[in-house]
Amino acid sequence: MAIGLRRGLLGALLTLSAVLGLFASIPPAAAQQTVTVPALSARVTDLTGTLSAEQRAGLEAELAALEARKGTQVAILMVPTTQPETIDEFGIRVAEAWKLGRGRERAQRDTGDRRAGAIDDGVLVVVAKNDRKVRIEVGYGLEGAIPDAVAKRIITEAIGPRFRTGDFAGGLHAAVADLSKRIAGEDLPAPWQQGQQAEPQFELLPAVFMSFFVGLMVSRVAGRVLGAAVGGGGAGVTAAVGLASTGLGAAVGVGVGLLLMVMGGRGGGGGPGGRLRTVGRRTIGDTPIFLPGSGWGGGRGGGGFGGGGGFGGGGGGFGGGGASGDW
Amino acid sequence: MLNRLMLWIAVAVGLTGCGYNDIQVADETTNSAWSEVVNQYQRRADLIPNLVNTVKGYADQEKDVLLGVTEARSRVGQVRVDPSDPESLKKFESAQREVGSALSRLLVVSENYPQLKSDQNFRELQAQLEGTENRITVARKRYIDSVQGYNVMVRQFPGNLTAMVFGYKVKPQFTVDNEREISSAPKVDFGKPAPAPLK
Repeated sequence: MAIGLRRGLLGALLTLSAVLGLFASIPPAAAQQTVTVPALSARVTDLTGTLSAEQRAGLEAELAALEARKGTQVAILMVPTTQPETIDEFGIRVAEAWKLGRGRERAQRDTGDRRAGAIDDGVLVVVAKNDRKVRIEVGYGLEGAIPDAVAKRIITEAIGPRFRTGDFAGGLHAAVADLSKRIAGEDLPAPWQQGQQAEPQFELLPAVFMSFFVGLMVSRVAGRVLGAAVGGGGAGVTAAVGLASTGLGAAVGVGVGLLLMVMGGRGGGGGPGGRLRTVGRRTIGDTPIFLPGSGWGGGRGGGGFGGGGGFGGGGGGFGGGGASGDW
Repeated sequence: MLNRLMLWIAVAVGLTGCGYNDIQVADETTNSAWSEVVNQYQRRADLIPNLVNTVKGYADQEKDVLLGVTEARSRVGQVRVDPSDPESLKKFESAQREVGSALSRLLVVSENYPQLKSDQNFRELQAQLEGTENRITVARKRYIDSVQGYNVMVRQFPGNLTAMVFGYKVKPQFTVDNEREISSAPKVDFGKPAPAPLK
């Protein structure tokens, strides 16, 4: 009886989670077969076989030179069709997957400023050959340099007339030239050069504080000597790695350790220990900031890969800016 | 002393384990996605005076249509929207939908005025409007996705318990019917601006 009841409950729970799982997995719209976004491996991706090897290489070289000069990532994608989606819907999907332009990580590397936000200087040109549609998708950071009206003009004046005569390479070449001219006038952080000093990967100060608080907690449980050893050791190692210097690391470690010797301890008697204990406890009481697993909300953009060998997006964001047109 | 410390650790671990932080992140994500939606609707509203003036210069006799756009815009300006209130959200949506359809009527009418259509200013505004409509679609989609993620989180076990304790409620979603209408009604993609030869 009891077992039956439990099994029933289990079944209900399973059903519930299955139903919830179902809700989670249903995409909000468009269940039809959409065109898959190809993997990004080159600046020019031609799935229609329209461009010759030389034409492709020429465009690649122009776009690579642009990125070397300004840091901006421009990529071209030619597909036979975007049906059943419109080119706008397909374009933003590709842009979201490819993440052209410099996201936060690359921006911080290029500017050397750990607080720098994403530059989002990516542009994507999508050509749907059989649909006779073209779209220029402009990243957030270039919406000023390439407003929608300019993107539209590039489509109607540079791309349209050439595509109409079948000169796809020429149209794309002219579009790239126009885009480059626009981007050249924009004040963007210079791209990162090989051999330039890379920024440390993590925030040093919070890590040292963290060690201090861990030490404080340990000292409460296991005595001040052990607490000081743990906290000082942790802070020392973090500092040594973060600052790339053993000497400085040791100094920070000893400092934190000494501080813990003074403040830590199981307490029990009066004196400074008693007063400081309250301080310590209150601090721990406020710790939700240090909870493991707390993340930043709303962040966008993945890390940069690319660099060696193939071509990869830099984590830039797109919001649907740009223009579409036909020929 | 020790017990109290343990209690705090238990509370900290417990909160993390039951999705409190995840709910915080999801909630904040929906908030920023919502501001982007409002932002883009505002951007469209800001284009309207300029557009109306330009059209007026060539097609002053289309008073009804022009007035319709201006009125729809002023109505949408009066809507105070609270995205967590379904009623308010619905009102906001229908007001925005009216702006969308008024604008598309304006653009259909402007088809009859070749001089207007070749006006540089009008063409730029049209491109901007197209771009903005697309940004609205993108922003709405991202908002819908973020609300979906959040709602699943506050409904699913154990997040639902945490959400109940801290008062996080399921958020209303943009309706799909409206989505269709809104994303298809202002189809400003009419005709080739250049005198393209017929294919």
